[in-house]
Amino acid sequence: MSPALPDGEPVPDDGALPAWVGGSGAPRTDRRFGVYLHVPFCSVRCGYCDFNTYTAAELGGGASQAAYAETALREIDLADRVLRTAGLPPREVSTVFVGGGTPTLLPADDLARMLDGVRTTWGLAHDAEVTTEANPDSVTPATLHRLAEAGFTRVSFGMQSAVPHVLATLERTHDPRRIPDVVSWARDAGLAVSLDLIYGTPGESVEDWRTSLETALATSVDHVSAYALVVEPGTRMAAQVRRGELALPSDDDQAVKYELADELLTAAGLGWYEVSNWARTPADRCRHNLAYWRGDDWWGVGPGAHSYVSAHASVPQGEPQDVPLEVPDAKPDAMPDEAPVGVRWWNVKHPRRYASLLESGHSPAAGREQLTADEGHLERVMLGVRLREGLDLRLLTPQGRRAVAGLVASGLLDGRAAVTGRAVLTLRGRLLADTVVRDLTDA
Amino acid sequence: MSPIPTAPLSARIQPAATPPELLRNFCIIAHIDHGKSTLADRMLQLTGVVDERAARAQYLDRMDIERERGITIKSQAVRMPWAVADPDGVDVPYALNMIDTPGHVDFTYEVSRSLAACEGAVLLVDAAQGIEAQTLANLYLAMENELAIIPVLNKIDLPAAQPEKYAEEIAGLVGGDPADVLKVSGKTGAGVTELLDRIVDVVPAPVGDADAPARAMIFDSVYDTYRGVVTYVRVVDGNLNPREKIVMMSTRATHELLEIGVTSPEPIRTKGLGVGEVGYLITGVKDVRQSKVGDTVTNAAKPAEIALGGYSDPKPMVFSGLYPIDGSDYPVLRDALDKLKLNDAALNYEPETSVALGFGFRVGFLGLLHLEIVRERLEREFDLALISTAPNVVYDVTLEDGTIVTVTNPSEFPGGKIKEVREPMVKATVLAPSEFIGAIMELCQTKRGTLGGMDYLSEERVEMRYTLPLAEIVFDFFDQLKSRTRGYASLDYETSGDQVADLVKVDILLQGEQVDAFSAIVHKDKAYSYGVMMTGKLKELIPRQQFEVPIQAAVGARVIARETIRAIRKDVLAKCYGGDISRKRKLLEKQKEGKKRMKTIGRVDVPQEAFIAALTSEAAGSSGGKDAKDAKKR
Repeated sequence: MSPALPDGEPVPDDGALPAWVGGSGAPRTDRRFGVYLHVPFCSVRCGYCDFNTYTAAELGGGASQAAYAETALREIDLADRVLRTAGLPPREVSTVFVGGGTPTLLPADDLARMLDGVRTTWGLAHDAEVTTEANPDSVTPATLHRLAEAGFTRVSFGMQSAVPHVLATLERTHDPRRIPDVVSWARDAGLAVSLDLIYGTPGESVEDWRTSLETALATSVDHVSAYALVVEPGTRMAAQVRRGELALPSDDDQAVKYELADELLTAAGLGWYEVSNWARTPADRCRHNLAYWRGDDWWGVGPGAHSYVSAHASVPQGEPQDVPLEVPDAKPDAMPDEAPVGVRWWNVKHPRRYASLLESGHSPAAGREQLTADEGHLERVMLGVRLREGLDLRLLTPQGRRAVAGLVASGLLDGRAAVTGRAVLTLRGRLLADTVVRDLTDA
Repeated sequence: MSPIPTAPLSARIQPAATPPELLRNFCIIAHIDHGKSTLADRMLQLTGVVDERAARAQYLDRMDIERERGITIKSQAVRMPWAVADPDGVDVPYALNMIDTPGHVDFTYEVSRSLAACEGAVLLVDAAQGIEAQTLANLYLAMENELAIIPVLNKIDLPAAQPEKYAEEIAGLVGGDPADVLKVSGKTGAGVTELLDRIVDVVPAPVGDADAPARAMIFDSVYDTYRGVVTYVRVVDGNLNPREKIVMMSTRATHELLEIGVTSPEPIRTKGLGVGEVGYLITGVKDVRQSKVGDTVTNAAKPAEIALGGYSDPKPMVFSGLYPIDGSDYPVLRDALDKLKLNDAALNYEPETSVALGFGFRVGFLGLLHLEIVRERLEREFDLALISTAPNVVYDVTLEDGTIVTVTNPSEFPGGKIKEVREPMVKATVLAPSEFIGAIMELCQTKRGTLGGMDYLSEERVEMRYTLPLAEIVFDFFDQLKSRTRGYASLDYETSGDQVADLVKVDILLQGEQVDAFSAIVHKDKAYSYGVMMTGKLKELIPRQQFEVPIQAAVGARVIARETIRAIRKDVLAKCYGGDISRKRKLLEKQKEGKKRMKTIGRVDVPQEAFIAALTSEAAGSSGGKDAKDAKKR
């Protein structure tokens, strides 16, 4: 969760959703529903990190860390109440993702209690994907077994790099030599495993990056996320760059490293399915994250967490050729322009304020935005085009469709996919996705 | 006795009935900031024309811009009564007409017409600063017109004043004894009474033939929203009366005199204006072009045969493209120019289209100050955001076949075989402390100047006379002069014919497409440095595109400088999860908004801001503007 909350309109004290949610433009009951649980604690804050997380010291004693699971359960209760009041029938939860922060800084039992709260409130689908992020430092075989017992199915390790000087620049404290161990412990516990990597750290050479990729692949992991380092304003790293202590990562360098990542991961049998994500088989993809990109509904629990309820139908999962085209949902004639197409809200950032609002029976939401048709359309294109399955061209405006030929000609969109009616990024296009989105949404 | 005439005395100096021997027409020649307006205010008070409480500071400067900048753009005339005892001790009333003069080089022609309306001039010099180049130029003009000169040092109340030193300098310039230089303070009023007495004493009474056909010279013409054009005239012969028909001798246009009067300082209708008198006319015309400065007004029933001399049409010397930053403001700009034109006979413009900047106008100005003032009025009074291209002069290009092409826009410079190019020249005067002689010579040399002569005004101050191409002055001459002389030098120039020069047009090409707004006509020896500067600047300003973009500077087909904008490789944000979506969407919305404001040159998208930055940064366009501002401050 990024540090600066968006500007938005206020949310009622009780967290009530806008009236249209239960009205005629109501979300379909067959929409999938996911839950994000934010754990806002870390033992150390990394210099590049702008996520909403706090060390014990920052919170002055850390008492709230022990009480956090309890507080999160309160929000789950509130969520249930708010969705019911809006007139939405209860839905089974298809995916749960526990992120942070460092979720594994909490005792595994606390994570289990939070997951139980989700299960008893809404029910978990029989094939639900339940992921937690984890720091390679903060897991043992025992904790991983406990998590699997509790119903977790997947763990995503923040590996970042295999190169000590790169980890040092990132201020990551874990020992990269632990990676093969933690991956095999997780597998032994029956958990699917993903590794998160960061490229473009100041001082990282292309060879350093190759080492990190090869180290990750040596574990035979089935899922890798690779993110370009972004120096976010307000972070310690941004100050270091400003003072000239670190060089700003260059887009060109990151492009070279992205191409290397795609080359090595593909060669190892991991195919891209989103701009920054590679998986061995469709079953290895992260369904929770796919839900964000496909515009499903989700409730984000925790300080600074965002939630979303759409008026659109879910995009069915599956391979492109299996995806039925949803013409009635196309933006130009979907609904009058004034009608919102979704609502997104976000919680207050600070854990203490968050906890005190919930304790006094109030919604922790700090603000929300009701998406106009244009905004919803832009998001849909922006998120959909990031996916390997691409975007149904019929969802575009006529002007947007006219831009397709030019984008194919400039090598940004795949020509064969365009012929079959989908906008799918080429390798070059994945790096220039913003250009593609701008062109596809030209008014 | 009071120097303000009593009622019986005032009766002898009524407008239309004042004998010429009781009239004194004078102007004040001064540099900006030397206190002319404050002195004029003090005179209005002492003569009882404005009482102290009613006196607005600097009453004569009407327009806001003038008031803010402390400069006078448009001249006006004020009639003031003053009584002086004759040798027998008998009070004699006089009507003093003070004609205000513009103080800048761009308005030399208007100054010359103001001077032609007077018999005397007060040479006003700041006692702490000494005479400046523009004042010197106007002084020479006044002396050529045989005006009586009254040298005056102002601001003697200032601690930094050095009246003795500068009295000597002035006496050296006008001839006479330093002891005769009056010392006044417009601020405290010290010496101003003596100055008024001196004006009566020294300035000759006007001489004219009261029975001849009327001839009056227009020395100013101002558009007023309520009254139409107000024309200020000095009657030379005969007289003008209400309700009669008058003729403008340059155009032969006839107008009815709806109103005639004097300003004191508010307009007062009179029964007419007689020989030697100064006043205003209203004929109902709506455009100052129908009432041109320097023209002669005569009576339609009994017209004069020969016009007064000295009339000429204002000729634009400097051109610049003016474009609205928001293209939809084009009609607003057009209407605004049409309105300003009503009050500015020297302003002329034609629609122009630029690939880079869209629709705008090529506007001709008298000089850089004129450009700056017009631009500022457009921005302020009409709320327009404008971009102006680098100012350029007018070139006469003779082709091999003898055809002559007049070029006011560099992008129109003809290609192909050129026999010769002529550029306008100026005679420039630089006044500076003598320690800077070397620095000034060096600068003028790099600006293709030729030294015409040099004189010492005093032991420490020197006057240097150069002939320079006007184009070099409109580029960055004034900034350079200021920085090389620590701000001490002052500059004046007047046009002085033209010369053949080795000039070329440098084009700037973006991916092979010419960007018209950046074409410049420069001396052959400077083409390379212009090309390097402009390509380098654009490389920094134009965002990377999907493909490599070469930026070239070329003279004809020959490329003289080249930069390359490398293709962009990555623009996507790698991570985009639930909490990033709103932020990311807003970022894209902003980018899309920015893209709408982009101009496409060939296939290259260029933000308008890049053009603006390239045109307004140090070395290019705005230096002209700064010249003008500095010029006014000095």
